[in-house]
Amino acid sequence: MGIEVYLLILLVFLIVGALVAVETRNLLSSVISLGAVGFGLSIAFLFLRAPDLAIVKIAVEVVLLIFLIRATIGRDVIPGTGHIHWAGLVIICLLSAGLFVFAYHAFGSMKAFGSPIIADVQSAPSNKYLAEGLGQTGSANIVTAILLDYRAYDTLGEATVLFAAIIGALAVLRGTARSKRGKQK
Amino acid sequence: MKGMTVIVKTVTRWVKVFIFLYGIYIIVTGHLGPGGGFAGGVIIACSYILLTLAYGKDFASRRLSSQTAHRLDSAAAMLFLAIALFGLGSGGIFFSNFLQKRYPMEEFTLFSSGTIPISNIAIGLKVAASLFLIFTILSVFRIVLAADGKRKFVQEEEEE
Amino acid sequence: MVYALCFVLFVVGLYCALTKRNIVKIVIGLTIMEYAVNLFLVLLGYRSDGVAPIVDRTSSPLEFLARSVDPLPQALVVTSIVIGLGVTTLAIALCVRLYEKYGTFDIAEIRRLKG
Repeated sequence: MGIEVYLLILLVFLIVGALVAVETRNLLSSVISLGAVGFGLSIAFLFLRAPDLAIVKIAVEVVLLIFLIRATIGRDVIPGTGHIHWAGLVIICLLSAGLFVFAYHAFGSMKAFGSPIIADVQSAPSNKYLAEGLGQTGSANIVTAILLDYRAYDTLGEATVLFAAIIGALAVLRGTARSKRGKQK
Repeated sequence: MKGMTVIVKTVTRWVKVFIFLYGIYIIVTGHLGPGGGFAGGVIIACSYILLTLAYGKDFASRRLSSQTAHRLDSAAAMLFLAIALFGLGSGGIFFSNFLQKRYPMEEFTLFSSGTIPISNIAIGLKVAASLFLIFTILSVFRIVLAADGKRKFVQEEEEE
Repeated sequence: MVYALCFVLFVVGLYCALTKRNIVKIVIGLTIMEYAVNLFLVLLGYRSDGVAPIVDRTSSPLEFLARSVDPLPQALVVTSIVIGLGVTTLAIALCVRLYEKYGTFDIAEIRRLKG
């Protein structure tokens, strides 16, 4: 039960960081707090025995922070507008109350933390990947074997989504450059 | 985009090679330990982003221009598809690990597990080129305080 | 209990995405929601006193099968993290374009200016 205590403390830290990121009026502080949440999440992945995920999460978090700060803040720090939208707040409270009721019933019917489904269902695909992964694919890292051999089609889909997102971002920003040059002529 | 002070430039000159090497290490040993194509590709992109931030955009675009990054990105995606189609051709299954089935090597070594290291390299190159392209085009815009007190976006230079 | 806290993180992100007027804050809310979902998926696959799903030479296959954590949610979450990066990059590009056209990040102001 040692891991669960550490995870609880870390999750409380993440929730406090997320609340700071949401409520701060200063945009730069908000983005830095989001970075703290991301790095705390990487530590949580290490506790949960997922070293592959921790490496990916840290690298992606650094790049995301650089993009956010570089693109939207620059030299000056922009404050957020301080208006509170009362109707939205009431709606979100009602929605959260409804979600909490459903979540209480849902989490009550889930298995306890620490006993995954693969321990009960012997014919699950994960058991097959763990038992035969090294022999069939030759790779010691079972997560890489799943990503690039057993479920490689999903990795192709992910490469396509990344490609489309990057081209979309380039198309949105290239239009700006061309319109500026057109106006200056 | 201007670079930074001389301290940052000196440290960058020494450190960027190690970051690049670490990214390559994580990609290549993806099938032996944690890591893989995605993590290594993002780390390689970070080394080029560090170069751009410290030295300015002109210097970095002489090292790796936008055109080269576009071509590298597309070439890596097509390499990944080519591996899949070769698998279809020789194994009968899309994405089958045809190299492992034909020439099974000894486990836990660097040259093992068939097409998995090649796929890792393709994915790593693709992710690195994509993120570097996005950073190059996002770094053109900055929010500055103009002369009349309002904030506006300035574009640092003309984009080709 | 851990699942409940993860759900609270998700609701914090949902609150931010629904009630804020600054569009960068909305993007931050979406990112927090994505963190919460990724964490929940990995929490589902954890085994008490488990080992990471990487085979080493010294472990026997039966012991590895009995002690390892579930590798399938981890593979799913690697894909999800990288896709989240791409989508957030596209959202930031849209924010930049909106600021460049309307001069503000405030969505009520943008709606008023759009007419």
